[in-house]
Amino acid sequence: MPNANEILTAAHDEPPIFALGKPGRANTYFAAGPSAQTFLPASALRDDLPLPDNSELDVVRHYTRLSHRTFAIDLGFYPLGSCTMKYNPRINEAMAALPGFKDLHPYAPDELAQGALQVMYDLERALTAIFGMSAFTLNPAAGAHGELTALFIAKAYFEKCGEHKRRTVIVPDTAHGTNPASAAMVGYNVVSLRSDARGRVGLDELRAALGDDTAVCMMTNPNTLGLFEDHIKEITDAVHAVGGLMYYDGANANALMGNARPGDMGFDLMHLNLHKTFSIPHGGGGAGHGPVGVAERLVPFLPRPIVTKDCDGIYALVHDGDDAIGTMRSFWSNFAHAVRALSYVLANGGDGLTRVSQLAILNANYIRVQAREFLEMPFDEPCRHEFVASARALKRETGVRALDLAKALLDRGYHAPTIYFPLLVPECLMIEPTETESKETLDGFVTALREIVETAHANPQAILDAPVATVVGRIDETRAARQPDLRWTPVL
Amino acid sequence: MAQPAGLLYSKEHEWLKVEGDTATVGITDYAQNSLGDIVFVELPRIGAALKQHANIGVVESVKAVSDLFTPAGGEVVEVNAALEADPALVNRDAFGDGWLYKIKIDASSMPDALLGPDDYEKLVATS
Repeated sequence: MPNANEILTAAHDEPPIFALGKPGRANTYFAAGPSAQTFLPASALRDDLPLPDNSELDVVRHYTRLSHRTFAIDLGFYPLGSCTMKYNPRINEAMAALPGFKDLHPYAPDELAQGALQVMYDLERALTAIFGMSAFTLNPAAGAHGELTALFIAKAYFEKCGEHKRRTVIVPDTAHGTNPASAAMVGYNVVSLRSDARGRVGLDELRAALGDDTAVCMMTNPNTLGLFEDHIKEITDAVHAVGGLMYYDGANANALMGNARPGDMGFDLMHLNLHKTFSIPHGGGGAGHGPVGVAERLVPFLPRPIVTKDCDGIYALVHDGDDAIGTMRSFWSNFAHAVRALSYVLANGGDGLTRVSQLAILNANYIRVQAREFLEMPFDEPCRHEFVASARALKRETGVRALDLAKALLDRGYHAPTIYFPLLVPECLMIEPTETESKETLDGFVTALREIVETAHANPQAILDAPVATVVGRIDETRAARQPDLRWTPVL
Repeated sequence: MAQPAGLLYSKEHEWLKVEGDTATVGITDYAQNSLGDIVFVELPRIGAALKQHANIGVVESVKAVSDLFTPAGGEVVEVNAALEADPALVNRDAFGDGWLYKIKIDASSMPDALLGPDDYEKLVATS
């Protein structure tokens, strides 16, 4: 057992759950059933199954101790660019835990699930209004799944129109990183566009890439540099002029609410990351939710089921539709997240959501303007909800890279920002504070970052050795990538 | 830092060493330094016909996956098999043991738009 100090500082070496416990220690809540031999043939039985045998209390302690060794938005500032790690208001959890939602069976008939269906209907209508689309599907389970869904919709639309030649997807280098992979999964060819000196899509470069083979142009706006694509209407017009569709990646939608709507910019398809913009706990691979919105002419292609409301106010799940692309996710997708997102929308209201985006932009600029005194800003202009700084000059002068700055931030109690993305900025740090942080928190972060850069000049080794205060220091990233050991092997 | 003499360089940070009608291709020391620890190199097949400037593989580091472009057109005649077991060779010796592949250059299409060591050094200094 770790000693008291080790437990309090999470500085112990926690063994795997398999190495804890003793045979017969597990709590038994149910009487033993018939032995497996009575209903399974011998060929389906294994000789032994080395499952851990722990008491409930030991299991709770094991995982609680592990949880103390990690970092979370509930523990400290988490400026992870493009990921929108904002505070998750507790009212969302209270709503998602209401028995009528939490205990609802996914096979419940529509007449016994009217409240849940209304949540889905109201959320879909709210997203439609906030982002200026004709309809949304709540089917997709997360962001990249939403991209895939939207591209299937685009493909079905072009096939219906008999336009089989459209096989190219255009992706600027300032788009979200998953876009090219999603396009490739649907079988499209990907053409990458280089951004111009202002970090925006160049109209001439775009026009040169457009043709009668263009299917979709996927953009993120504000883009991954945190900059608003100020020629967006010319861009969407140019793509529409050759018969292509415009796709909006919602990774950066936290800058938009009440400020601008993708539908008004000319986008035909979009996805949202409800787990980012609409304050749902995420990170570490937890469940997301990635609704897809479409323009009028694409509505028939939305996946099923969709929720409808008749003139008597009765809600129903509709499963059929001749042009629908099918179903992207079992049952009602990640329904509890729909409850959380609607709770967030209703608790904030329209004015509140507008203020969310305004404060997200203000907070990012508050950090940016101070950080430009000691970090290079490759695109030195007001940003939206996030900005990209570069440690290129620092690396040249001191040998300290963006990675080392990120590690040193861990020692000072902050989660690292996104580093080395977007790829077009060398040694970049992408910083997104979100709207929920106080001025004191932002000031503390800037002070830490400034002190790290000063230390890098005075004593670079101190930063190259970071982190020293965390439970785990520098890990061997090459070995982790080349020889991942993900399976615990029992000692028999 | 001067770039090795006798090599040609592309703007995508590949180097080309021409010997007769064959050429050895690699990525530059600047490129490996920018990429960080390399964990995987995807090379073209032996016998593949490459067009100059085409995207012919990837280099994956702990930071990112980057496309490989070929600085000259031709047929692949040899690949550096040692990189499969030890891709970090590119980090340790980008201009030597960390070479990527060899091509038989198309006589009809000698490589164009490549830089000499001095011009490449200027490119790197301003990157």
